[in-house]
Amino acid sequence: MKKPGYLYIGIIAVASLLLSATSCMTTTPETEPSTPTPAAPNTQTPAPTTPQVPEVPEVSPTPTPQAEPVAVAPLSPKNRVRVATTTSLYDTGLWGYLEPLFEEQYNVELDVLYAGTGIALEYGRRGDVDVITVHSKTRELEYVADGYGTERVPFAYNYFVIVGPPDDPSGIMDMSPEEAFQTLYMDASSSFVSRGDDSGTHSKEKAIWAAAGYDYADVQAAGDWYIEAGRGMGPTLLLASEEQGYTLSDMGTFLAYQGDIDLIPVVQQGAILLNVYSVIPGNPEVNPSINAEMANNMVDFLTSDDIQKLIGDYGVEEYGMSLFIPSAGSEPES
Amino acid sequence: MEEIWNGFVQALGLIASRDPEVLEITRRTLMISVSSTSIASAISVPLGSLIHFNRFRGKRVLVSVIQTLFSVPTVVVGLLVFITFSRAGPLGELDLLFSPPAIIIGEVVLITPLILGLIISALSGLDRAVGETAISLGATRLQMVLLSLREAKFAVLAAVIMGYGRAFSEVGLALMVGGNIRGFTRTLTTTISLETSKGNIELSMALGIILLLIALAINVTLNRLQQR
Repeated sequence: MKKPGYLYIGIIAVASLLLSATSCMTTTPETEPSTPTPAAPNTQTPAPTTPQVPEVPEVSPTPTPQAEPVAVAPLSPKNRVRVATTTSLYDTGLWGYLEPLFEEQYNVELDVLYAGTGIALEYGRRGDVDVITVHSKTRELEYVADGYGTERVPFAYNYFVIVGPPDDPSGIMDMSPEEAFQTLYMDASSSFVSRGDDSGTHSKEKAIWAAAGYDYADVQAAGDWYIEAGRGMGPTLLLASEEQGYTLSDMGTFLAYQGDIDLIPVVQQGAILLNVYSVIPGNPEVNPSINAEMANNMVDFLTSDDIQKLIGDYGVEEYGMSLFIPSAGSEPES
Repeated sequence: MEEIWNGFVQALGLIASRDPEVLEITRRTLMISVSSTSIASAISVPLGSLIHFNRFRGKRVLVSVIQTLFSVPTVVVGLLVFITFSRAGPLGELDLLFSPPAIIIGEVVLITPLILGLIISALSGLDRAVGETAISLGATRLQMVLLSLREAKFAVLAAVIMGYGRAFSEVGLALMVGGNIRGFTRTLTTTISLETSKGNIELSMALGIILLLIALAINVTLNRLQQR
């Protein structure tokens, strides 16, 4: 019986099975030769060409880390290491910038998962990622104390900032963060957009509400003006801009998105606004599948002099100030 | 409207310039959707035939359950696949989470009930006389099944096309079990989701248009198969 139709289907089926089998066995080479340069940490221009700017030559002006040959056994190209990162490190484009540098230095494929501190910690607990970069000190200390991470290593910091509409309808400009939140709560007319996603930024926001004397459950129920976005930092800023409301952001992401949003910093001073990023490698004793060697390499990488300098220089050319202040291994007293 | 037009222009630009990242993401999207549809079809066609052509207790209940599974939310499947293949889960040893095979497995779980249910439906639409005549003319059971599938070819292929459509347009599951990792598990749909959330509307439009063009091309092909 002639069954040409089924023949085609059979060919497609076999071909795709072969395709998927071969893809399983080989890694997909990172075809993005892209490294967003410090001059364009986030392709937010109105007509971006690709999700990441594919400009390989631009990498050279910045000093490439002159790492001496790292003492690693020759790795097969299949070796992958996964890092779950807080969204602010990603939305600023910093990870897009550091990823190829790490991959080249350690000859490994780095998978960066855009997460949020809450889910990053969960991935770490489950052993689904090898290392995490987050910014929520209390939860980080708890995570290490529980044995999921071997050590907490701060590597950079910046400051949170409360941003809002240019006309500042609630009049909180230059107040202290706690006072500003009290004013917003009592005013109850301007929107406040919360991350609402258990992230590091969300934790900080909750801490400010607590310092201002409010129970967070009351804040959540306070009214329609309090909006819980449930999204990363970049998307939350976009939402706040649409709503012309206030939100808490880290300085880095705010600067990176500044061109696309209609918000200005209104509260920038306050000890509580300190924002410290730490890297925590997974503990192989709790999760044996973790690539402990690469996780520790990540710590070394982020605290190395060359990368620290790159982190500090990141964004200066474009925004006139550093998005992150390097602080290898230590953190400022708040 | 301007955004749509700009998106269209940008889409043409991306295709014409053979932008490597877009090509890579497109290739991966096709690989994942075609693989999962093929596997799901390979499971569903024999299984559907088996269910339809046999009498057994609970057959009606089974068919009802299958049809109920048409509506299972993709994020629920995503969650189940995630907790199964997470390191902390039962199949964690396989190291499949956050890789394309995990997305394929998830999509197979998602679309198999759909294709299965529609194939049973397709076979049910056949006149009983077709199968009975074949048997009376000396066909073996297998030949009878193949003949019936051939008679119902139109509807069977429609089931496959439907399954493909669902796999191709999948976002939630792909995000949850794939991790949307640049260069590894990004698909056209997850990239559109990410870029939109970051505010890159025109790029998202461009990718969306490319997505539609591919869907059109594949459907035209499958349609020609169907009409033969």
